[in-house]
Amino acid sequence: MARPDTDEEVWRYSRIGELDLDRYAPLKRQRATQTVVQRDLSAFGEMSAVVVIRNGWIVEATASSDAVDAGLYAGPVGDAPDGESLLGAAVDVPVDLFGHLNRAFGPEPLAVVVPDGVRLGAPVVVVVLTDGDGAAVFPRVLVRVGADASADVVELHTSTKVDALVAPVLEATVGRDGHLRHALVQELGPRVWQLGHQAFQVEKSGRLEAFAAGLGGDYARTRTDCRLVGRGADGRLAAAYYGEDDQTLDFRTFQDHAAPDTTSTLLFKGALDGESRSVYTGLIRVRPEAVRTVAHQTNRNVKLSSDAWAESVPNLEIETDDVVCSHASTVSPVDEDQRFFLESRGVPTVAAERLLLEGFFEDVAAASPHPAVAAMLRDALADRLDRRDALADGASGSAGEGAA
Amino acid sequence: MGDERVLRIEGLCARVGEAEILHGVDLEVRPGEVHAVMGPNGSGKSTLSHVLMGRPGYEVTGGSVTLDGVDLLALPTWQRARAGLFLALQHPTEVPGVSLESVVAEATRQSGEEPGESTHDVHDVLVREASRIGFDKRFLARPLNVDLSGGEKKRNETLMLGALGRSYAVLDEIDSGLDVDALAAVSRRIQEATDEDGLGVLAITHFSRLLDVLEPDRVHVLAAGRIQAVGGPELAERLEAEGYAGVLAEAGASVGLPAGVTHPGDDGHDAGFGEDPFADPLA
Repeated sequence: MARPDTDEEVWRYSRIGELDLDRYAPLKRQRATQTVVQRDLSAFGEMSAVVVIRNGWIVEATASSDAVDAGLYAGPVGDAPDGESLLGAAVDVPVDLFGHLNRAFGPEPLAVVVPDGVRLGAPVVVVVLTDGDGAAVFPRVLVRVGADASADVVELHTSTKVDALVAPVLEATVGRDGHLRHALVQELGPRVWQLGHQAFQVEKSGRLEAFAAGLGGDYARTRTDCRLVGRGADGRLAAAYYGEDDQTLDFRTFQDHAAPDTTSTLLFKGALDGESRSVYTGLIRVRPEAVRTVAHQTNRNVKLSSDAWAESVPNLEIETDDVVCSHASTVSPVDEDQRFFLESRGVPTVAAERLLLEGFFEDVAAASPHPAVAAMLRDALADRLDRRDALADGASGSAGEGAA
Repeated sequence: MGDERVLRIEGLCARVGEAEILHGVDLEVRPGEVHAVMGPNGSGKSTLSHVLMGRPGYEVTGGSVTLDGVDLLALPTWQRARAGLFLALQHPTEVPGVSLESVVAEATRQSGEEPGESTHDVHDVLVREASRIGFDKRFLARPLNVDLSGGEKKRNETLMLGALGRSYAVLDEIDSGLDVDALAAVSRRIQEATDEDGLGVLAITHFSRLLDVLEPDRVHVLAAGRIQAVGGPELAERLEAEGYAGVLAEAGASVGLPAGVTHPGDDGHDAGFGEDPFADPLA
């Protein structure tokens, strides 16, 4: 498998050329002891299951008795009912080198299986922690939501301040009339490289709501494939990202319509401060059999600094008639008219921009599958805006002295 | 001088891009007074309102504006508001994801005060103001102006005017887009603010119907970037009946100068304060 390069459309604008794979080595094993879950999960309230994956290894998997009685399985794939069928169910061949490395070097994947007809009332929360310095880490999560089943699955990807490479893979299938609400909150440390892939496959009349928050990492890339393979399947993708310093946040999406009457929406919104960069490239593909497809794609970026940079490339590939498709993409500074309007009411400039940015992300936050996830996004945003305000205070303070 | 309570505009000149729009506007508004500014399309009415609030893109090239002795033009927009100026926009901006309540809370928050400290008071004030103008309080939590009708947006502006309690209000065509009932509610609330709180009002309008409820102390006719005529309420009635041509001809104004077109004499000189005395009068 060749190493990707920026000549490929799906790697254009990426920093793949900077990656030195020799700096990282896969870990031989991970002891289950001394695991520290760094995140307080109490905001989730009741949970159907909590799983901790540390440096790729499942070190903890606990399901509530209610969920187990209902039929939930959350644990190593080897112990899952019909576990073998989960492998490759959503992705038969990995899409890139990092998907292959994940299969070659990754330890035993996590399986989350929600049998037909089972509707979980509380989320499955998966903490994916990386704390191995110099480690190449390959977490793999397999989710099956059966026919007429429903589940919320939340992945929290965190790390300590290590220098590490994480190549996580998610493969999720949603059965007929099933409903999966998935969230990925990425708050990796500032030196981590992430090269991730999420693949969703949705059967007839199934429904997927996928949410992502891209907040951490040095270079954090997520490719998301949403394949709608059964008539009437519906896929809704939403993401929020916020870049600071010299971070790069990189998103690639594929809305793949392979059956009639399928619908998809996509709303990705980002703010870029400092010298950070973002990349969004997205393709809506409507295959010949996917008549009466309705598909929309929107990517909006706010540049908070003149040194920030955002690339946004939406694409359509439509192979049939009788479809409704749209795409929209913007890269712009904070809206001057909106800021003036708030200032004209007496809101100080910094506070006005803060209100506008909170408002900018509000519709994405509302699309998150669980209130605790929305709260995490709002908290992360507040932290970043606090840092931004502190910088602005410093700047205006010194300017004020100069003027006086 | 600092004790004198007046919004004083003297010799105000301004341009938008390369176009000189205001050529020396003089106006004074005292507490409790209502001044109407009327004028043909393109006379500079909206420019005047934007210049007073410091909207980006509008450049003051001469003159002064003081609010109760404070040099308004030296302040950034938000400090002009806090100094006591309110601008009701002709086209209130839609702000997705931001509620009216959060804006009023931030607009009244003092530095050092924690966010949300006085939110409860703000909510009570907004509920009271909403009922005064017959505005459904469900709008309070909705994103500002998003999916509101033209009339609802103007009620929203009036509600904020009442809630913020500033000293002087510039109303840029607050009457446009309002139906009869809404117009009555909005103008009644503004009249009450002048009577009860001594609000000074500068009402920019095309129509005298606003002035049926909101009775002006003075009516100013703005054309070609200057105040060309001043009178009492009867002037508004005459403009409504006769149009601008007669009044402006009497005042000796150059009527029909298209908006946004630079005076020949002003062309190429940006030194700023009023007419360039060295310009070629025949150019």
